[in-house]
Amino acid sequence: MIEMQDIWKTYADGTHALRGVSVRIDRNDFVYLVGPSGAGKSTFMKLIYREEVPTKGQISVNGFNIGKLKPRKIPYVRRNIGVIFQDFRLLQKMTVFENIAFAMEVIEAPKKLIRKRTMEVIELVGLKGKHNSLPTQLSGGEQQRVAIARAIINNPSVIVADEPTGNLDPETSWGIMNLLEEINFRGATIIMATHNREIVNSLRKRVIAIENGEIVRDEARGEYGYEI
Amino acid sequence: MKFRTIVRHIREGVRNVVRNGWMSFASASSIFISLFILGVFLLLSLNVNHFAQQIESQVQIRVFLQLNADQTTIDKLNNEIGNMVDVKSVEYVSKDAGLDLLRKSLGEDADYLLEGFDETNNPLPDSFTVEVFEPKTIADVANRIKAINNSDATKPIMNVKYGQGTVEKLFKATDAVRNVGLVIVIGLAVTAMFLISNTIKVTILNRRREIGIMKLVGATNAFIRWPFFIEGALIGFSASLLTAIVLLYGYVKLIAMTKFDLGLAMITLVEYHDVAFLLTVTLVGIGTLIGVWGSTISVRKYLKV
Repeated sequence: MIEMQDIWKTYADGTHALRGVSVRIDRNDFVYLVGPSGAGKSTFMKLIYREEVPTKGQISVNGFNIGKLKPRKIPYVRRNIGVIFQDFRLLQKMTVFENIAFAMEVIEAPKKLIRKRTMEVIELVGLKGKHNSLPTQLSGGEQQRVAIARAIINNPSVIVADEPTGNLDPETSWGIMNLLEEINFRGATIIMATHNREIVNSLRKRVIAIENGEIVRDEARGEYGYEI
Repeated sequence: MKFRTIVRHIREGVRNVVRNGWMSFASASSIFISLFILGVFLLLSLNVNHFAQQIESQVQIRVFLQLNADQTTIDKLNNEIGNMVDVKSVEYVSKDAGLDLLRKSLGEDADYLLEGFDETNNPLPDSFTVEVFEPKTIADVANRIKAINNSDATKPIMNVKYGQGTVEKLFKATDAVRNVGLVIVIGLAVTAMFLISNTIKVTILNRRREIGIMKLVGATNAFIRWPFFIEGALIGFSASLLTAIVLLYGYVKLIAMTKFDLGLAMITLVEYHDVAFLLTVTLVGIGTLIGVWGSTISVRKYLKV
């Protein structure tokens, strides 16, 4: 469960990215975060995985007070949050297998278990047989699948996805959405920032709209609501 | 830390060297070149030091006795000087032996310069050649020998010579050479460290993305740092070891060459086995240290995410 109370975020250059945001996202929710570019969606997500700390207000993720977290505790909180980006963020010099297994090496899992579990998620995300490929040898959709596999391998309770379909064609995007839905079905909370009107309107989920650093709309089965 | 994690870090460290082949090569080259220059100057400085030592050790005291000194006085003086602290050896040179030595040192000129002189009319006094352990004590020892003479009523010593003035100048010169050598070597070591750590910084700059991703999946700082640490140590160690091997190989060749060409008995190069250990330990020590230090410092910069 994620809870924000009157969150303000002001960057060093004076930009007010978030102004008094309060929201509660329950376990197993699937949330679309919509709104114009620069509205504060990315900041909203960065606060969840503790890349940023709020200037004011309280945020708790899975019961941890994220704003007050000691630096050495940060890695342990992040292990329970899977993060997916528009630009995939894979390690270019490592194979698919190594990229995914890395997230498990970090938690010092036994080698045999890493091998077994990595092959499992590779199959789950539909990349069977590609475990020895390098990211550069894969298509955009396949690279995003690797990133998703890395995000879910430790069974995190929260998945944060910043425009995961932003760089993909419509067909590939639907493949990724099916995968995220499957992960949500298995129990993970999903927070996904997107500009993809078609996806939001077809695969109806909770929609939180952010404009100018404030939540302007929060609907249980909402629509995208913006003209492109 | 679990054992399998240690194994993992070592494996990753080694793999990283290969994965970032060109960057590893750049770091290793920078270490090799810097340490090579440092090594050359270290060898140079060791040899200059060695020359200075050889020159200094040739300094000796000549003690000339009165022409009428008898055998008992000679024996007594020989004993007294020989028992002095700092004195390495005393050699008695009789007037006849002195004449022979003079003839030898004059060479062809001796024939006419020393013409007519033989055992019967030898003008030279008996003398001692005194050598000391520590060249710098020579003035002091000379003064103590003079003091013996003053306390003896017969005043058996005519003169004590050790090249006063000249010897002091020689010591000043050799000290200066040593200090300059030391300053150059230390200066080069600092420059090498700076240069190498800069190269390593640049190579790691390329990998801040990698570090960012590691942090994102929940890697602790130590977990991220270890492979970099091992990678740095590995590159530093192998590059500096290679430098030491190349330098020592060159030095052996140089010794072999100079032995034939110079043929000077007085001045020789420092023996291989006297420099091998010092050079290897210094270079490999500095190289490994810089490799580790450079990568640790640079990684730390990007860990603050």
